[in-house]
Amino acid sequence: MSEEKQCQCAEVQEEELYPRLEEVINQHKCKGEDLIMVLHKAQNLFGYLPRRVQEMVAEGLNVSLNEVYGVITFYNFFSTVPQGRNSVKVCLGTACYVRGSQEVLDKAQRELGIKVGGTTEDRRYSLDVVRCIGACGLAPAMLVNEDVYGRVKSPHLVDILKKYE
Amino acid sequence: MNLVRNHVLISIDAGTIMAGAKGVEKALVDEINKQGLSGEIAVLETGSIGATGQGVVIVVYPEGLYYANVNPEDAKEIVEEHLLKGRPVKRLIMTEMPRQQVIRKEKTGLLKEQARIVLKNSGIINPENIDEYIAAGGYEAIERAFTELKPEGVIREVKESGLVGRGGAAFTTAMKWEFASRAPGQPKYIICNADEGEPGTFKDRLILEGDPHKLIEGMMLAAYAFGGSKGFIYIRGEYALSIERLEKAIQQAREYGILGDNILESGFNFDLAVMKGAGAYVCGEETALIESLEGKRGHPRNKPPYPVTEGLWGKPTVVNNVETLANVPEIVRHGAAWYRGYGTDKCPGTKVYTIIGNVATPGLIEAEMGTTLRDIIYDYAGGIKAGKHFKGALVGGAAGAFLGPEMLDVQMDFINLKEYAAVLGSGAILVMDERTDIVDMLQSVLHFFKHESCGHCVPCRLGTKQLVEIIDRIALGKGKTGDIEKMVKISEVMRDTSFCPLGQSLNLPISSSLKYFKDEVYGRVPATV
Repeated sequence: MSEEKQCQCAEVQEEELYPRLEEVINQHKCKGEDLIMVLHKAQNLFGYLPRRVQEMVAEGLNVSLNEVYGVITFYNFFSTVPQGRNSVKVCLGTACYVRGSQEVLDKAQRELGIKVGGTTEDRRYSLDVVRCIGACGLAPAMLVNEDVYGRVKSPHLVDILKKYE
Repeated sequence: MNLVRNHVLISIDAGTIMAGAKGVEKALVDEINKQGLSGEIAVLETGSIGATGQGVVIVVYPEGLYYANVNPEDAKEIVEEHLLKGRPVKRLIMTEMPRQQVIRKEKTGLLKEQARIVLKNSGIINPENIDEYIAAGGYEAIERAFTELKPEGVIREVKESGLVGRGGAAFTTAMKWEFASRAPGQPKYIICNADEGEPGTFKDRLILEGDPHKLIEGMMLAAYAFGGSKGFIYIRGEYALSIERLEKAIQQAREYGILGDNILESGFNFDLAVMKGAGAYVCGEETALIESLEGKRGHPRNKPPYPVTEGLWGKPTVVNNVETLANVPEIVRHGAAWYRGYGTDKCPGTKVYTIIGNVATPGLIEAEMGTTLRDIIYDYAGGIKAGKHFKGALVGGAAGAFLGPEMLDVQMDFINLKEYAAVLGSGAILVMDERTDIVDMLQSVLHFFKHESCGHCVPCRLGTKQLVEIIDRIALGKGKTGDIEKMVKISEVMRDTSFCPLGQSLNLPISSSLKYFKDEVYGRVPATV
């Protein structure tokens, strides 16, 4: 029951975002070249890019839906599935990898009970890998939202994750 | 007006922010105010000082004393003891000092001149204040270009300096500009490639965070030289702080009339925009980057036509790397002869390296071209971590080459390394000690390439997949006879037939790992022992 409520709540919120998306699109009307920029802004609003958003962007910028979808799936940054409130990204770049980031990732998967690319049921966390965030001196590194954590050891992981509601 | 007697510089970059630099800054300012020293002591934010993993780092001038791992609780002691009574806080003094000067290739210990080129201002000026850049000689080069050199003179100066692209391909910078200047079509564009995605490389980020105006001036000079009027900085979406600082710097430059129309009454019009990338390694390739700037999937284009004749929106376009452009203002300001005083005959200047892995002090270093790997590892980075030995290094990023101990004394520059079938690439040096498993490293590199292959051409799309299957098998100890030869063969086909450098360059890590660590790799395939 409570789950259902939560769902509705999320939906209502999402509904409220569409007029704001409309505004963003209007600033870039028929400018196909601004597609990536608009998608950045749209994902900032929604946290992901559902089909309806894609359709609106396609129409507003006068590009085909196919093209919009093509761009979204090409770049790592964009997602078509809802993301958790907190995005956890473990770096698997070469420097982090030699310092044991695979272990950190395995631990994160076990702890959260999701695979890479997944979101926990309560939408608290999404888990992803990145290839180098430029924090190689602090390897192994991970990102939670905008915060960088360096020298992460698997035992620290739980404490780090707990900080994010 | 009070005379400021001490400057306290606090390094604000992604690493130190993580360590709580903002909190330390606030604590210092509060404490200084409390002690009534606010008129005498200035606290300034600066970029990275090139030391990583040492927590919050501050520098107190005029002594030039470095403190590391500073916590907000230490502020009181620093202010009371050092700033008020002049007694440095010994327990916080940094022990692993970052090099503030270019490392001379002769290693005589006698430094001709204590000056960095690319990183000259990083960690010394406040990157968010254009006045500090100007005070450090900034925007002098563009003045010299307008009044003395004119566009042809800028190209001549840069050509004589021997500057080549620092992104990896090492193409002569002035030649690119010349082609673009001769190409018909208007407007012409300059793009700065700041989509730093090479694993283990973060040099561009530190230039962007530490000295954004230098990049702006470099782009202006380039555009002025070949007749460009609009510039784009294509930057990784993850580099939030770099983006913020760049946008601030552009805004300040506009307010000062350094960007915009009729700059400094010269009749030259130029403006800049920052464009966020969305995470695709292949977009480091210049035509893929241009596609992405146009709002499309970042697939590389057919060449020719090259971007210098038909680039962004089909117009003449120059794409230069951040580090390349950061060299330009200093060259134009001091002249080609000065620049040639650094580095080797064939490869003048310096190179910024990011040195990571199993070394005592990983970080960022600017060294003269021709510096050996040994000097970089043992002189700058404090050598290998305690009690371990150098096994090898992966130089040039993921698309670089593994090098064994026999390469430690080879002079490193773009041309010399080519003779040893190695590359300088983006300048990433990943050092490995004897605990590192080469097969494991190779597996990581190949997985990276499989993930980042854009899928445009067959050799790369299928080749990376097959290579991953083979290396996974070998890593599990289930390799078959002929597997290693097959890997070499596939990577050779990819080298010869792939559409862009992404697929072409994979042969290098594979062949070099076999060149220096053949026994180890073969030892992992049971049937071949």
